[in-house]
Amino acid sequence: MADDRDREEAVVAELHKKIKDAFEVFDHESNNTVDVREIGTIMRSLGCCPSEGELHDLIAEVEDEEPTGYIRFEKFLPVMTEILLQRRYRPVPEDILLRAFEVLDSTKRGFLTKEELVKYMTEEGEPFSQEEMEEMLSAAIDPDSNSIHYRDYITMMVIDEH
Amino acid sequence: MGSGTSTQHHLAFQNAEKAFRAAALIQRWYRRHAARLEMRRRCTWSIFQSIEYAGQQDQGKLHDFFSYLMDHFTPSSHNERDFLNRMFTGEGLPQDSETERCSDYESVEVPDSYVGPRLSFPLLPAHATALVEAFRLRQQLHARYVLHLLHEAKKHLVQLPNITRVSTCYSEEVTVCGDLHGQLDDLIFIFYKNGLPSPERVYVFNGDFVDRGKDSVEILMVLFAFMLVYPKEFHLNRGNHEDHMVNLRYGFTKEVMNKYKIHGKKILRTLQDVFRWLPLATLVDEKVLILHGGVSDTTDLELLDKLDRHKIVSALWCKTREASAQQAEEKDDARPGAAERPVPWFLPQTERRAPAVLALLPAGAAGRAARGGAAGHGAPLPAAEPPEPTQQEWRQVVDILWSDPMAQEGCRANTGRGGGCYFGPDVTERLLQKHNLQFLIRSHECKPEGYEFCHSRKVLTIFSASNYYEVGSNRGAYVKLGPALTPHIVQYQANKATCTLTMRQRISRVEESALRALREKLFAHSSDLLGEFKKYDAGRVAPSDWAAAVEAALRLRLPWRLLRPQLAGGAEADGDGALHYRAWLAGLAQAPPSRENIQSSLLEKLYRNRSDLETIFRIIDSDHSGFISLDEFRQTWRLFSSHMNVDVADDCICDLARSIDFNKDGLIDINEFLEAFRLVEQSCSD
Repeated sequence: MADDRDREEAVVAELHKKIKDAFEVFDHESNNTVDVREIGTIMRSLGCCPSEGELHDLIAEVEDEEPTGYIRFEKFLPVMTEILLQRRYRPVPEDILLRAFEVLDSTKRGFLTKEELVKYMTEEGEPFSQEEMEEMLSAAIDPDSNSIHYRDYITMMVIDEH
Repeated sequence: MGSGTSTQHHLAFQNAEKAFRAAALIQRWYRRHAARLEMRRRCTWSIFQSIEYAGQQDQGKLHDFFSYLMDHFTPSSHNERDFLNRMFTGEGLPQDSETERCSDYESVEVPDSYVGPRLSFPLLPAHATALVEAFRLRQQLHARYVLHLLHEAKKHLVQLPNITRVSTCYSEEVTVCGDLHGQLDDLIFIFYKNGLPSPERVYVFNGDFVDRGKDSVEILMVLFAFMLVYPKEFHLNRGNHEDHMVNLRYGFTKEVMNKYKIHGKKILRTLQDVFRWLPLATLVDEKVLILHGGVSDTTDLELLDKLDRHKIVSALWCKTREASAQQAEEKDDARPGAAERPVPWFLPQTERRAPAVLALLPAGAAGRAARGGAAGHGAPLPAAEPPEPTQQEWRQVVDILWSDPMAQEGCRANTGRGGGCYFGPDVTERLLQKHNLQFLIRSHECKPEGYEFCHSRKVLTIFSASNYYEVGSNRGAYVKLGPALTPHIVQYQANKATCTLTMRQRISRVEESALRALREKLFAHSSDLLGEFKKYDAGRVAPSDWAAAVEAALRLRLPWRLLRPQLAGGAEADGDGALHYRAWLAGLAQAPPSRENIQSSLLEKLYRNRSDLETIFRIIDSDHSGFISLDEFRQTWRLFSSHMNVDVADDCICDLARSIDFNKDGLIDINEFLEAFRLVEQSCSD
């Protein structure tokens, strides 16, 4: 029993250090606070994949009573540790992602046109901003055919991560 | 009608819902991908910045070393005394006569074979434009014209006040540019995009024209040329790199000596002077203050307006009036002739000084008496002001050239850079209110977008050197102040190649460069790292411990745990992530330069201090021949290592010196020596 507890403590300690490292990248004044707009980036870089709605709720959890526009590390750490321990907001596996693209590609051509992609990404789900859309297009679009071959795109992104 | 349609509706609704969910899934996934890219970009930025600022701190330490030498070192042997004398005399002691200065350029002959641009004075706008064109075609301006131009530039600068006043009544708009750091392509782009300087187009260049980039000379020539051609519309502010001591480390001195092998030293001497005459700040319509670094809680514009800016020679070397008087007292009895020892050529040359006389006076009186018209104190003194600034004056100038804004309130010492301070929004607000200003424009810090507002838009940072750390690292920007002084920013990136890359590719490239630099640093601290690792275990170290050990050894505040996979994630790691550190360290030092007899630990020490070493070499090599003698090398290394607490045994130094003398002629070729380090750098990037 004692061993288990030790191991758990070690795991938690390691998580704490990981979270601290990620937090500090955005802690520009070294005063243990980050701009609330960076929380999404920090959480996602730690392996979580929340939706915008879920992120919104999480931010409410870590904000101060009177929101200052800054999130303090003392509030962020326990919430984030719990999320990581419980393995919440796991990222999307590739095969599910592929099926999502296939749903949008109703005639099963193997690709989406630029217009179709833009329409779906900016009108459905949790719509992209113009900047996000442009960024995605720049990497995804095959300039010759003006379309996105999503299978290849996914493969490329996955390789890039590792 | 009927059930058919409702089934259709139901199906349609289901499909729409599916599409909605699919889109949401893809967006969720994409946002995580974008966040990870952003994290990598931030980490990369931290790496570059922390290495850059750590280098600036080292420079401060180096200057301490030389002041220590100057003030305290007593040669213990004949050899050492000779060596010091050689180091401290060099050629060309400071000349008093103005005539020598004037004939600086007149004595330089331009051969008939010279095909580069020729200048005649007074300069005309067409000449300045032609100069830009010539540099664009990669021509080099002959030393004679460089010296002549600098001579004229100084004549002009001397008449200017410390704070230039600009009014938008006379011109439509004012364009302010930030750091250029020797990147001529950016300057040419700015002129192309915004237009050449003219009476209708006012330009203010906010310092840091030189160092790091490869065309610092050309940038200076263009800026000074336009300043002479449009004296009322073209303005320059001094930056912290317009400082010859900083130039020794950051590349400008090297660039000048490489481009002008014969007259380089003369050019550098002249520049020492010209830099000190650059104005400190520019004020537009008495409302917008433009200066290079920032402000502190003691910044006083009235004081800045009045002080003699010429006395602030370097931020890294300051003999203030108080220190001087004190030293004069101490030296009084100590050593004969000590007060008359000539100042080394690389240290500021003071003019019209009568140290021996000042030494006879009691402390406070020295200052008073020298101000002329003193109540008869014995020896007749020159009526000139003492050459040193007061402590307060020096601080004022260093603060405005070196400070950075911070988000927290207050004002504290800028430990990152080793000079100036960090100033908060309250400091800004107080200063703006005190002098009835609208906002502050400053430069000094590289920003990913080329600019950044802070302190509730009261402070604008503008940085004009694009791709500063690496191709694709950042944009450059300039700002135009229109009517009502509203700022309008223009961004650019002077490299066509990066435009076609996706953000992902750009980030990868810059990241690789940063990681390379970091691997070099790790290699340079191999012994320290080994020491730290051993504390944990004899052979392996867990991921978390690895991060702690590296942080302790390198003392760089970086997100080591985040970086670990890319620095130590290879074959040396076990399944549980623990690292076989010896193998890892050996991997860092792959393919060491193939010079036998150089012990690896010694090489590592040299490598770590290579910037300092290079600086010292260039200083010792006072005739800029590119060679120093074995003896000089040994002496210097001994002094350097004892002062910097780098522990190296004496016989190791001798061995090392001998082995560096590759052709055994008693001389060390500086470039060849440094070449050895380039090979190390190359191996670190593999």
